[in-house]
Amino acid sequence: MLKCFTDNRFNTHGQRLTVHFDSPNLYGAVPEVSPAKGDPSSAHRPINTTTIMAVEFDGGVVIGADSRTTTGAYIANRVTDKLTKVHERIFCCRSGSAADTQAIAEAVSYQLGFHSIELDEPPLVQTAANLFKQMCYRYREELMAGIIVAGWDKRKGGQVYTVPMGGMLVRQPVSVGGSGSSYIYGFIDSNYKTGMTKEECLRFTADALALAMERDGSSGGVVRLAAITEAGLERSVILGNQLPSFSA
Amino acid sequence: MDRPPNPQNTGVSTGTTILAVKFNGGVIIGSDSRASIGGSYVSNKMINKLIQVHDKIFCCIAGSLADAQAVTKMAKFQLSFHSIQMEAPPLVKAAASVLKELCYNNREELQAGFITAGWDRKRGPQVYTVSMGGMLISQPFTIGGSGSTFIYGYADAKFKPDMSREECLQFTTNALTLAIGRDNVSGGVVHMVVITEDGVEHVVVPGDKLPKFHDE
Repeated sequence: MLKCFTDNRFNTHGQRLTVHFDSPNLYGAVPEVSPAKGDPSSAHRPINTTTIMAVEFDGGVVIGADSRTTTGAYIANRVTDKLTKVHERIFCCRSGSAADTQAIAEAVSYQLGFHSIELDEPPLVQTAANLFKQMCYRYREELMAGIIVAGWDKRKGGQVYTVPMGGMLVRQPVSVGGSGSSYIYGFIDSNYKTGMTKEECLRFTADALALAMERDGSSGGVVRLAAITEAGLERSVILGNQLPSFSA
Repeated sequence: MDRPPNPQNTGVSTGTTILAVKFNGGVIIGSDSRASIGGSYVSNKMINKLIQVHDKIFCCIAGSLADAQAVTKMAKFQLSFHSIQMEAPPLVKAAASVLKELCYNNREELQAGFITAGWDRKRGPQVYTVSMGGMLISQPFTIGGSGSTFIYGYADAKFKPDMSREECLQFTTNALTLAIGRDNVSGGVVHMVVITEDGVEHVVVPGDKLPKFHDE
């Protein structure tokens, strides 16, 4: 069912890279021979050590992320969009290796599209989450991907599922991920309440992400937010100088 | 979250959460009460990590318990000698400096960092951090220990300068409770010491009286 093609290109070591979507060598990520220890190129793959977050509310979900992608100490992209659409009302927030998560999201997006056509109705968020989980669990040794899947479907409304590294799947009302998430567990635990409205969720997410970005060196840039409901999708961006600020 | 490069991992951290906060008229220094071995065995459920180095100066420790006890014992002696010579209670900055000298001069061997907080006549309430390598800085509030990573966001959001004593007690209790809730090597009761011009008060909040948050 997965796309399969051979891409005859060479990596910087002069090794042939053969790329199949259904094999562990994901697109652009892993050469066939691991580079020698101390080889500088091996240490600096683009990664999204990041802060990502998703919150359920009655009628939909709010998702948010920072916008920094680093290769070592260099910020490769300071306006990254880590909120990736996998279907009309289902998004994923990506953290970990940029290449791995892009490849996984593309593959799942393809599978979901196909599944939705077969079913003749929009797919369930739980289905999308399970597809992510299956891929992340099967290739857990090769991948470095922490993903939060969130969206709206007719059966269960707004849902957030987290698929951290290793390939676990669990549904949570609030989920955070990425390196910056450690710093905001206390804030999330104390400020989350059930029954929040969409606006409260957006403000809660923006505050939490701003706090994480302030403390985590690997998170920064702008805050990207999206609200997914039955009616559709609303994306917004909070620029650096408009971020909520705290006295400390 | 268990495999990516962790920029926070600079050294061994005791299983603990400690903090000190300045408020209007004093400081509160607080910690949890758990000592653990290897993260899987709780060796002491009710250890007091708040060590009195002088009448109105306390410090709490992050790092190796053995190193910390040796350093604080030495610092206590030096401070009491110093205060006899000066015929006055020592400054909080002096206490922090003594710890800093010990930490910096022995930085190769030691693995302990400190938070020092207290009250003195010259500058009133103060909070100082002495990090593991021997850096000394003064801050309005500071957090430390393995559990502190989880409450950076909360502390940044909720701290206000010049809080009242009750607000500060609430802030400290909440912060420690949230950290205990997420860090498996922090736990037990919340110990707090309130230091003001009038004296020192030890407050203990047992586990079942800690505030509960939404998921409990």
